[in-house]
Amino acid sequence: MMGRKQADLARSVGISPSYLNLIEHNRRRIGGKLIQDIARELGVEPSALTEGAEAALLNALREAAVGHAGAGEELSRLEEFVGRFPGWARLLADTRQRATALEHSVEVLSDRMTHDPFLSASLHEVISTVTAIRSTATILAETRDIDPEWRERFHRNMAEESARLAESAEALVRYLDEASSTEFTGSTPQEELDGWLRDAQFFVPDLEGDTPAEPAEIVRGTEALRSSAAQALAEAYLTDYRRDAARMPLEAFLDAAVAQRFDPAALAMRFGVDLAAVFRRIAALPAERIGAEIALVACDGSGTLTFRKPVEGFPLPRYSAACPLWPLYQALARPMSPVRQWVELGGRNPRRFLAFAVCQPSQPTGFDGPQVLEATMLVLPSELADDTQPAQVFEIGTSCRICSRSDCAARREPSIMAQVF
Amino acid sequence: MSKRVLLVEDEPNIIEAIRFILSRDGWAVDTHVDGASAVDKVLAGPPDVLVLDVMLPGKSGFDILKELRAEPATVDLPVLMLTAKGQGRDRELAERYGVTCFMTKPFANAEVLDTVNALKAGALGQV
Repeated sequence: MMGRKQADLARSVGISPSYLNLIEHNRRRIGGKLIQDIARELGVEPSALTEGAEAALLNALREAAVGHAGAGEELSRLEEFVGRFPGWARLLADTRQRATALEHSVEVLSDRMTHDPFLSASLHEVISTVTAIRSTATILAETRDIDPEWRERFHRNMAEESARLAESAEALVRYLDEASSTEFTGSTPQEELDGWLRDAQFFVPDLEGDTPAEPAEIVRGTEALRSSAAQALAEAYLTDYRRDAARMPLEAFLDAAVAQRFDPAALAMRFGVDLAAVFRRIAALPAERIGAEIALVACDGSGTLTFRKPVEGFPLPRYSAACPLWPLYQALARPMSPVRQWVELGGRNPRRFLAFAVCQPSQPTGFDGPQVLEATMLVLPSELADDTQPAQVFEIGTSCRICSRSDCAARREPSIMAQVF
Repeated sequence: MSKRVLLVEDEPNIIEAIRFILSRDGWAVDTHVDGASAVDKVLAGPPDVLVLDVMLPGKSGFDILKELRAEPATVDLPVLMLTAKGQGRDRELAERYGVTCFMTKPFANAEVLDTVNALKAGALGQV
């Protein structure tokens, strides 16, 4: 939906911009009438709007068929099924997604029960204080001839320990409250942040311009960020964003980025910043100003994705690990060596992207402290790239399970797609 | 005849309470808060009874117990272990390392006193 403000479109068909955003990212079902309305507003065929949604639906169902004998045998008829019973197919995909989310939260919770250091430490604290209080109180109650000086001392100890008990009990209650209000909805703090950023389209107007807002204030005023863990993640993200925006002011950066054909190295030199900062700033540029969406992913030293901004045609795995062939991981293996590769994702209509990746080490706790690695990958759609005739295109995927490349050297687990193609 | 008990525990108010209870019963109470140096402290002058907390700074009560049982001077020393964790795994571990008696927090004062006296009299055997 380039070239047209999402808010205008939403208004003209009578829905809210955020609802339209959810529809666009296939997070809400879209009804027949609404499709017709939107297609009419945009002047396109309704089928053009549903193609992306259908591909996502097919993928979701293929994933659901993993390890299921009956469904596995009928995978070849999946498209027929989706075509004939779109509603049932949607229900199946939604149910499956819900089940996966619930499994995930059960994992999170059982992990917490067994290994949660906070829970174990605060319970220990409570027991210790209760022990001191009980013992001291018994002495005061049962020792008739107690020396006044000792009595004073024990009273003081009791007051001290009860204050400590109140504090640790409060912390426990707060912690459990938070756990039940957010974690049970099946989302991790990372997903909470992802969802909020997706709805905001990864652009934060309050942090642009000469008088940017305080990250902590923005977080406080954002209802979608409920758990304190998600709030902490958001504050760290917004702090980076604010620094990037100050060093690379929106209008100047936008002009330079377009003029330089989004060349990160040229932009890094021009603004005197590192490559990862340029990646982040490019990915935050509003899509309607540059004519296409740009994806960004980041991972830590373990390869775990810590930031994800997907785009159409470059889906990112939600829970499972990503494709080991991503330039992101090549960069991770060679800190400070930039990687630039044309990549092509699998599927029937593979799209090409130009990926830039770099891994930057840091020493947050000083020279002798542990080195912390962060790799970042910027993914440009081919229409934004300067050389459209790449000498070599690397074939990558999203995640092994739903990847159809049968002869992949880096495969981690068998694919369910291999049976189909 | 003097009765000597060594209390290895890091919570000051628990130390104060136990010290008071045992002193009134005629015990000479010595205390130590650091786990790492607790074994040396015991070996320097073994008490009649050792009261040992599990969660200590520097070294856990389990490790201290294990090391004491490997020393000829303390292989039979009566040890009362205190833990804030429930019965299950902690008790099992303590028994495997040769604890004489095991008590969970929060304890009753009378219970501690009775147990320490019983340990001194040799009334409680190896569990």
